[in-house]
Amino acid sequence: MKELEELHLPDDIRYTDEHEWARITGDTVRIGVSDYAQDQLGDIVFVELPAIGDSFAKGDEFGTLESVKAVSELYMPMSGKVVAVNTALTDSPELINQEPYGAWIVEIKPADSSEYEQLFSAATYLDLLQG
Amino acid sequence: MRYLPHTPEEIAAMLATIGAPNLDGLFDTVPTDCRMTGSWSLPAPKNEWELNEHMRALASAMQTNNRTKVLVGAGSYQHHIPETVRNLASRSEFLTAYTPYQPEMAQGTLQGIFEYQTLTARLLGVDVVNASMYDGASALAEALLMGLRIAKKHKRVAVSKAIHPHYRAVVRAYLQPAGFEVVELEFLASGRTDLSGLADLDDLAAVALQSPNFFGVIEDLEGSGTAIHGVGALFVTCFTEPLAYGLLRNPGSCGADIVCGEGQSFGIAPSFGGPGLGMFGCKEPFTRNLPGRLVGETKDLEGRRGYVLTLATREQHIRREKATSNICSNQGICALTAAMYLASLGGTGIRQLARLNHDKTQYLLNSLVKAGARRLFGGPVFNEFVVEFPADFRPARERLLAENIVAGLDLGALYPELADCYLFCVTEMISKQTMDTIAAEVGA
Repeated sequence: MKELEELHLPDDIRYTDEHEWARITGDTVRIGVSDYAQDQLGDIVFVELPAIGDSFAKGDEFGTLESVKAVSELYMPMSGKVVAVNTALTDSPELINQEPYGAWIVEIKPADSSEYEQLFSAATYLDLLQG
Repeated sequence: MRYLPHTPEEIAAMLATIGAPNLDGLFDTVPTDCRMTGSWSLPAPKNEWELNEHMRALASAMQTNNRTKVLVGAGSYQHHIPETVRNLASRSEFLTAYTPYQPEMAQGTLQGIFEYQTLTARLLGVDVVNASMYDGASALAEALLMGLRIAKKHKRVAVSKAIHPHYRAVVRAYLQPAGFEVVELEFLASGRTDLSGLADLDDLAAVALQSPNFFGVIEDLEGSGTAIHGVGALFVTCFTEPLAYGLLRNPGSCGADIVCGEGQSFGIAPSFGGPGLGMFGCKEPFTRNLPGRLVGETKDLEGRRGYVLTLATREQHIRREKATSNICSNQGICALTAAMYLASLGGTGIRQLARLNHDKTQYLLNSLVKAGARRLFGGPVFNEFVVEFPADFRPARERLLAENIVAGLDLGALYPELADCYLFCVTEMISKQTMDTIAAEVGA
């Protein structure tokens, strides 16, 4: 596993204490998991995706990631309605290990865009990981 | 040797550490009226020959001898167990660990389970079958819980009233305390389940049918599946007599999403109602919601075939409270016995045996009707059926019992509205002579 200093934590996205990230893409937000999350889970073998059209509140469970050693729930960083899911992950869940910030999991239309500002910056997230 | 590893001093130290006043204090959370406080009311000890005599007396009070012909069915079937199966299944190395806890060390056990899964999946027409569950009733409850997991937000399931009443009782015991609602669907004059009210039931995760059902009637699984999928619910089917699928189209090919039931018919003696074998399978998209253990085939580093427990991330030692089931075991010896039975008969043998059961059943049904009985349900049957008699059948049944023939089951205790209606079952074990004897008593 990586040392905390080795983690890739881009500055242009926001993070949660459950290790999801959120990126604004026009009027939608894409959501994935951080380099730390994929590194801790190890080889990801299955991604359970929600259905397009599902609505979630901030903090709701919206799917699961299964690795060779554990299963983890995915939690919504922001409230919103699912407008797209990354179906490439169905056949290639390992994309999350390879490119955690390219392999978005869901794309939502946020219910309240200001929730984005409440998420952690890369620096704050790293502080959190360093405890 | 009694295995009591702790001394009174050690027990006192442990109680002091956790702050319990005494051993009984550990059980304070159990309501007092659920705890036994008095002493055990047990008879005096017996020596070995007295005990043997006691057991003999108990055994002689029951119809446990091989002479008794049981024409009851209702979830437990008296089929012939081939000597090959009896002999192989009694080998002591199969009778040790019931589920492997260091699984990959036990390649033989895993291969046995894998063979069982493969044979069962083919018989039921599903993509994946687990390593087995306790029995048919708990398998049905697990199937409905699985349906609720897949449907996520729905809280309600519907089950046919033509499903075995004991199975429905187990379903209620599993589901109702967890906040789920179980709706029962009435049966029609044909003995098949009435699905006409489905559209009025909202919030429905799954609908369960049994086929052949408790009355022996073969449900229209394909048509029912279409209706059930039409209201957006998962289609669960169960069975008590899997031999029927030697002759009938299997539930998977009729559109069932989850298929489960009792495998006792496959080489396992009825005993006193157990142990049974919970068979459980599903279609591929639902694999990760499957309860229980699952064995897969793989290759080792040198390319040799090997077997492993697979998709274990569903199970409670990894998934904890989010596990797909609290079952982390399987009915090892019963599953292995069923695999031996299926392999002994082969596809052709299963088909011939199913045909024999069906044809003998038709013979008794026709004989009883000729003798004055009335067939209660019009739907097609496999090896069970329900009839009612013009006069009180109980005296005739008593006379037959004296001849070691258990002639049917009065349904009144299970379905008050069907009092004095009798469920009969005919397997390959029942001779023409026995059936003629019964018909003669009815006509007498």
